[in-house]
Amino acid sequence: MTLDTLAFAGGFKEPVFEAQAAFRTLMDCMARPGTIGRIDATVVPPAPLNATAGAIALTLCDHDTAVWLTPTLSRSALPGWLAFNAGAPVTEERQNARFAFVEKDAMLPNPSLFAQGTQEYPDRSTTLVVEIASFEGGRPLVLKGPGIRTEMEIAPVGLPDMFPHFWSENRQNFPRGVDLILVAGGELLCLPRTTALGVKEA
Amino acid sequence: MSTADLATYNFAYLDEQTKRMIRRAILKAIAIPGYQVPFASREMPMPYGWGTGGVQVTAAILGPKDVLKVIDQGADDTTNAVSIRAFFQKVANVAVTTKTREATIIQTRHRIPEERLTAGQTLVYQVPIPEPLRFLEPRETETRKMHALEEYGLMHVKLYEDIARNGHIATTYAYPVKVEGRYVMDPSPTPKFDNPKMHMSEALQLFGAGREKRIYAVPPHTEVVSLDFEDHPFEIQTFDKPCALCGAENVYLDEVVLDDRGGRMFVCSDTDHCEERCSAGHRGHLAYDKEAAE
Repeated sequence: MTLDTLAFAGGFKEPVFEAQAAFRTLMDCMARPGTIGRIDATVVPPAPLNATAGAIALTLCDHDTAVWLTPTLSRSALPGWLAFNAGAPVTEERQNARFAFVEKDAMLPNPSLFAQGTQEYPDRSTTLVVEIASFEGGRPLVLKGPGIRTEMEIAPVGLPDMFPHFWSENRQNFPRGVDLILVAGGELLCLPRTTALGVKEA
Repeated sequence: MSTADLATYNFAYLDEQTKRMIRRAILKAIAIPGYQVPFASREMPMPYGWGTGGVQVTAAILGPKDVLKVIDQGADDTTNAVSIRAFFQKVANVAVTTKTREATIIQTRHRIPEERLTAGQTLVYQVPIPEPLRFLEPRETETRKMHALEEYGLMHVKLYEDIARNGHIATTYAYPVKVEGRYVMDPSPTPKFDNPKMHMSEALQLFGAGREKRIYAVPPHTEVVSLDFEDHPFEIQTFDKPCALCGAENVYLDEVVLDDRGGRMFVCSDTDHCEERCSAGHRGHLAYDKEAAE
């Protein structure tokens, strides 16, 4: 398939029910940070965007949501795919983005560069969808906060070393701040801005 | 089930763009517990005040695998509950139940079920006035600012005035709560009896206000504290008598007038809880009369 026709294929086969199932997974994971959810969708976005991230895009993005893409994703067939399948415009301004997508191995920009919302309307902030290598085998991080009974432990591989620092900065501005959806393969995990992240001492 | 089986309108009534808009609002609401997210509330085929906000939230999250329960003041068999349940049966062909335990989504008007909710369940509240400060400050621009600055002194003054006039905090429903130490939230007009159930609940709680166009949420395991004073701590309602039908104590009771000579009985407001206790053999002092009548 050529670059041009890539944009027209690979949407949901059953848009209503697949979007609903994907959203429920997202909702449950956002309500219980650190819990790993799974999206079994038939979505095939243009490479290098991961299928789960593609399903999240089609579940949540439309003409009301400007999307920011990394330089690599911008150069792929993804802008056309998002336009055709979701009607979502791509923006280069991080501050205007409702959603941002970062593919695997790409550099994660500092979350503070994205829309943080305002003190009156903290919901007007960017949701970052970031693909990483795996949820297991990395440096253990301890999660605490709303949605977590005592604490949760995750060990993601593929987040920058600076990430715990980024995240504690993000939390300091509460209620402003970004929310994060991490994707690895067919799985996802959510970190809303309320979740406190600690590096586990060995 | 495929989309083609439901040809006359989209699954769960709302169009997909509306669902996406509501879903985005729900995710932000969960990320900022107790904060009211504005959303583009749609006209629904029922009047405002009949739970259009709750219906839109339910429609946006509902799927073919869900089991829906709808209660109105705790009862499964009142007009509002019956019509909303029938609505979702018609537009989503969804399985319905009256049993709290079996439901995955419980839409409620003004009560939280007596039975403890579990992790797989979502409670959707119908909210008339989402802004707890609205009757103290009518301007939305001002209440926004007050939430932004965490300026909740006015609410404490209101509770204090209650004490000054009545000797105790006279607010009995829609009793304001503070969520995760940050946002003051209206728990919708549930009796204050239900406030402690919101604290560290296993279930996700979503609130939809259709006319006022707001969605807010309390994630599971989230601190929900009723506002009070050290010398006037928060207290829930207590009842002197158990339920007249099932004999339950420590539940919320409704008063039912029996005749025009002052006869009255107090029964569980949660009908499912009451029926379950009755079928398990529990008896209140008027239970025999009910069976005789049947």
